[in-house]
Amino acid sequence: MIALILRDLRLAIRAGGGFGQGLAFLLILATLIPLAVGPRADLLAPVAPGVLWLGALLASLLSLDRVFALDLEDGSLDLLATSPVPAEGVALAKAAAHWLTTGLPLTLAAPALGPLLSLPASALPWLALSLLLGTPALSFIGTFGAGLTVGLKRGSLLLSLLVLPLYIPTLVFGAELARRGATGLPLLTPLALSGGITLGCIAVLPFATAAVLRVNLR
Amino acid sequence: MTLSVTNLSCRRGEAVVLRGVRLSVARGAALVLRGPNGAGKTTLLRTLAGLTPPVSGDVAPERCAYAGHADGLKAQLTVGEALRFWAAIFGGADVGPAVRAFDLEPLLDRRAAELSAGQKRRAGLARLVLTGRPVWLLDEPTVSLDTDNVTRFAAAIRAHLAGGGSAIIATHVDLGLTDATTLDVGQFAAGTATMQDDPFAEAVE
Repeated sequence: MIALILRDLRLAIRAGGGFGQGLAFLLILATLIPLAVGPRADLLAPVAPGVLWLGALLASLLSLDRVFALDLEDGSLDLLATSPVPAEGVALAKAAAHWLTTGLPLTLAAPALGPLLSLPASALPWLALSLLLGTPALSFIGTFGAGLTVGLKRGSLLLSLLVLPLYIPTLVFGAELARRGATGLPLLTPLALSGGITLGCIAVLPFATAAVLRVNLR
Repeated sequence: MTLSVTNLSCRRGEAVVLRGVRLSVARGAALVLRGPNGAGKTTLLRTLAGLTPPVSGDVAPERCAYAGHADGLKAQLTVGEALRFWAAIFGGADVGPAVRAFDLEPLLDRRAAELSAGQKRRAGLARLVLTGRPVWLLDEPTVSLDTDNVTRFAAAIRAHLAGGGSAIIATHVDLGLTDATTLDVGQFAAGTATMQDDPFAEAVE
């Protein structure tokens, strides 16, 4: 499993691995929004946490169709399925590698992009915390969706349709946590729900992903 | 007896394509699967490898190493990285014997994207040695190998057999395995599905 995570990390940073894709998307979004809306702090600051959260969510969606499709294409997925590593372990490793290559860089980059959207400095730690808590859920839900659609021709539209509704709770509570942190409101409820969703996803979804992979590899 | 199955039924998608398959392969022996395209050779190998659950009968996938049409190599990784990855996945064997068996020493630092089709095939097949599993399931292993490499591949199989392993090979090429038994897959072709195979068979066929 560790070997699989390390291989996916190595693939991501090699040429054509798509490591910078999500980061570039978030950067473009954070740069263009002030241009489109106008550089007014009173307009931008209230929506900034939501915009950055939406950007991180869509950026993480971008790389989902690569999670299993590339391994299916070159036969690695068949070979992994016949290996001593259980399918649950493969699903867990794949989701962890996806988070390390998209969720973690986005978590680190989003606070740096906050000032572009006039987000006050006091809000940046809360934004980072909300992304750190929420993005693993995005990777685990996304990996499940990728497992469901692996092997389908042009499955990426279906993948987005399947995954986006499941992303909504994470988006709602993640953005709410960042917004409350920015404005100094009590934040126990979104904090607990955000963390709870992520822990639930990590606990349950590798098993679901393994089940759909087994069906899809037949 | 290394591997023995009786009364195995296999499906491809929803259709039952093979029924009542009976085969056995002893330690140090090879079994060559014959049959026209579409007879079910790949289906049988995928079922034995545990990728497709059998409709009936028992298989032992934990003792089988499967090599299909694709080599499982990543274009961006070197041959050495790929072999060490598969070695780690299959329990951390030393890659040395696999490298020697398929003469991969000069290719270890080359990325798979730069390899010829035959070199990729050799690198893909070297993975079999790393699995440490006794039964090799080979689906058209000699595709894109030239005569020299077919000979080298046959030698690797003979070395595996001499070491107490066994192999089930679907191939149209004569590998020069003189003592291999041949099994015609066509004789197990399934007719129409019955309720016994699958209660829903009637609905899908």
